[in-house]
Amino acid sequence: PRSCPPGRTRGLLLLMVLVFLEGSVLPLGAASSPDVTHQANSDNHIVKEAGHNFTKKPFPVLSLDYHHIQAPFEISLWVLLASLMKLGFHLIPRLSGIVPESCLLIVVGLLVGGLIKLAGEQVPPVLDSRLFFLCLLPPIILDAGYFLPIRPFMENLGTILMFAVVGTLWNAFFVGGLLYAVCQIQPGNPSILHQLELLPCLLFGSIISAVDPVAVLAVFEEIHINELLHILVFGESLLNDAVTVVLYHLFEEYAGVGSVTVMDVFLGIISFLVVAVGGVLVGAIYGILAAFTSRFTSHTRVIEPLFVFVYSYMAYLSAEMFHLSGIMSLIACGAVMRPYVEANISHKSHTTIKYFLKMWSSVSETLIFIFLGVATVEGPHNWNWTFVTVTVILCLVARVIGVVGLTYVINKFRIVKLTTKDQFIVAYGGLRGAIAFSLGFLLNKDHFPLRDMFLTAIITVIFFTVFVQGMTIKPLVELLAVKKKQEAKRSINEEIHTQFLDHLLTGIEDICGHYGHHHWKDKLNRFNKKYVKKCLIAGERSKEPQLIAFYHKMEMKQAIELVESGGGVKLPSAMPSAVSMQ
Amino acid sequence: MGSSNSSVNNIPNAQELMQETGFSAAHILRLHERFEFLDKHKCGQLRPQDFGAVQELALNPIGDSIISAFFSPGQETVDFASFVRILAHFRPTDRNQSRDGAQQEPANSSIRKLKFAFQMYDQDRDGKISRAELLQVLRAMLGIQVTEEQLQSIAERAIQEADLDRDDAISFDEFRKSLEKVDIDHKMSIRFLR
Repeated sequence: PRSCPPGRTRGLLLLMVLVFLEGSVLPLGAASSPDVTHQANSDNHIVKEAGHNFTKKPFPVLSLDYHHIQAPFEISLWVLLASLMKLGFHLIPRLSGIVPESCLLIVVGLLVGGLIKLAGEQVPPVLDSRLFFLCLLPPIILDAGYFLPIRPFMENLGTILMFAVVGTLWNAFFVGGLLYAVCQIQPGNPSILHQLELLPCLLFGSIISAVDPVAVLAVFEEIHINELLHILVFGESLLNDAVTVVLYHLFEEYAGVGSVTVMDVFLGIISFLVVAVGGVLVGAIYGILAAFTSRFTSHTRVIEPLFVFVYSYMAYLSAEMFHLSGIMSLIACGAVMRPYVEANISHKSHTTIKYFLKMWSSVSETLIFIFLGVATVEGPHNWNWTFVTVTVILCLVARVIGVVGLTYVINKFRIVKLTTKDQFIVAYGGLRGAIAFSLGFLLNKDHFPLRDMFLTAIITVIFFTVFVQGMTIKPLVELLAVKKKQEAKRSINEEIHTQFLDHLLTGIEDICGHYGHHHWKDKLNRFNKKYVKKCLIAGERSKEPQLIAFYHKMEMKQAIELVESGGGVKLPSAMPSAVSMQ
Repeated sequence: MGSSNSSVNNIPNAQELMQETGFSAAHILRLHERFEFLDKHKCGQLRPQDFGAVQELALNPIGDSIISAFFSPGQETVDFASFVRILAHFRPTDRNQSRDGAQQEPANSSIRKLKFAFQMYDQDRDGKISRAELLQVLRAMLGIQVTEEQLQSIAERAIQEADLDRDDAISFDEFRKSLEKVDIDHKMSIRFLR
């Protein structure tokens, strides 16, 4: 119930946003070019002073000193722009239903980049690789890792690893190899493509083949498919980081030399194991440190969230320092520390952590897509029809063949097989994103003269996957009637019966003499209960069984809901009269 | 594994069992080896004490319930055929199975799996899980770490949530409904048995 018609209000808001955009763009552009005017002023000042020593000049009541606050101001403007865009999209109801947010944000980025260029200023190098990898990516990955649903992830770990490792390798070599072959044909009409050697092609293949977690998160968040498919595609996008890191460094290193020996391949495999396992180990160590620290925070509750963030960030940086997989380290850190930290920290800290992570990752994601748009306008571009179209086609073909082939093998080992529908969604969900672009941006122009062509092709593939696949996946999911995500609320019955079934299956496995999935899980749980929990959880809660903790959480949630809905004092008669809360 | 076929024939009713439960010859052989391992007295039947050879069962909170699930009510021993029939419940479901109406529901279907779990709760086989039976299971799982009062609250809460026809007990349909979000085919299958 509004006083003025909703359409007018919306229109007004949009107008405000656009005006703000225009207003903010100019300082953004102006700020990047050196502050010529300020320099001129100070020069004048110096000249004046030299001429008139000790001349008393009038006290400046109001002066403009942009240079002083330039960098933080720019950053804040960008963040504000991103957040206002996010607000703006949801005011236009029909648009947010059809077009995924990521596409809209890229378009905004294109507009902003275009406006800056029109204003004649130099576009700031926003998707600078350092900024991306050190500031924009970690919040998103931490959010994903901290809230990773462990049970489905572990249950499908084999499948996820197959897709992540074998699938990415297949993609990289298929795309790289065939691209090289295509570039070598047309001998009669020599083009710059002939300069392209095999190793740079393979390097390009490895950059472009990795499924991107940011893009997957952004698109899959809106389509609400069932947990299994979500964790398969998302898990793959996270775990393929190790493969990408190794392949990237391997090919980059040897592209200069021009050949790769068997020894190098062997070292590459060892390197992959080191990168992956090392990353997870570094993350786990920091996770345990964080959990241990949180044990002693009962008197200083206010800084509890800080420990979670700082330890995780340090895990990421430490892994990056050794060229290990930073993403895997961050995921491991978040996943390891979560059960213990949550048992130790206060309810308010828990809420703080949750919302800070969501906020940072949301802003980060928005910024990344806007920057992608801006970076596209900026270039540097080198459009080559053959290269770009062949790349796009090969990426699609490689993905489909890879998924179908791997599923055929994987289904032999799975209890619940993957259907054709599942395979289609997994293949279609293989989106590329900003990580590919940043990796391409990192390439040294001296070693890779065709870097601009690579960047153009990468951007085209990103645009294609995000726009075409991103926009059509929602209607396709509806069309194919793919199972959707079920409501998250877990009932106490589910919890009781699931635990019961866990014990039952462990018992059956023991009777059969089979050391399977349940057996090891049970052993891990017992080890956890006996030793680990005692170290990492403070006080009495270390002995609390999982079921009780769950029950308490449920009761708390219900009590809060009751108050929020205005129920307040009166409890319905059916509720148990005595709930013992320790 | 051509040679195993000949040793499978040494097991009485092997072909019949394979037909009934859907196990392959290799599986029947493996299960028979396991049966013989547990059957220390070599009398062809298992007693509850024989299951004691499986050390991990002693640590399992519901170990006793699992053992007694193998024995039909009133019986004190279980032979190989019954042993296999119980374990057939945990075979992964064959999604593409086509059955004609006359055939009985296969042991490893979702419904049969759920029924097996239900019967482990419902000790007196009256078709309902009463409050006392639920309390018994909770007590077994949570052990001495929890006060009686807490157990009562949880049991009360659970029944309140699941009991749709307000008879203060959980029937099989209510049990099935409360587990509708859980993928039973995945949860109650062992990969070993394919």
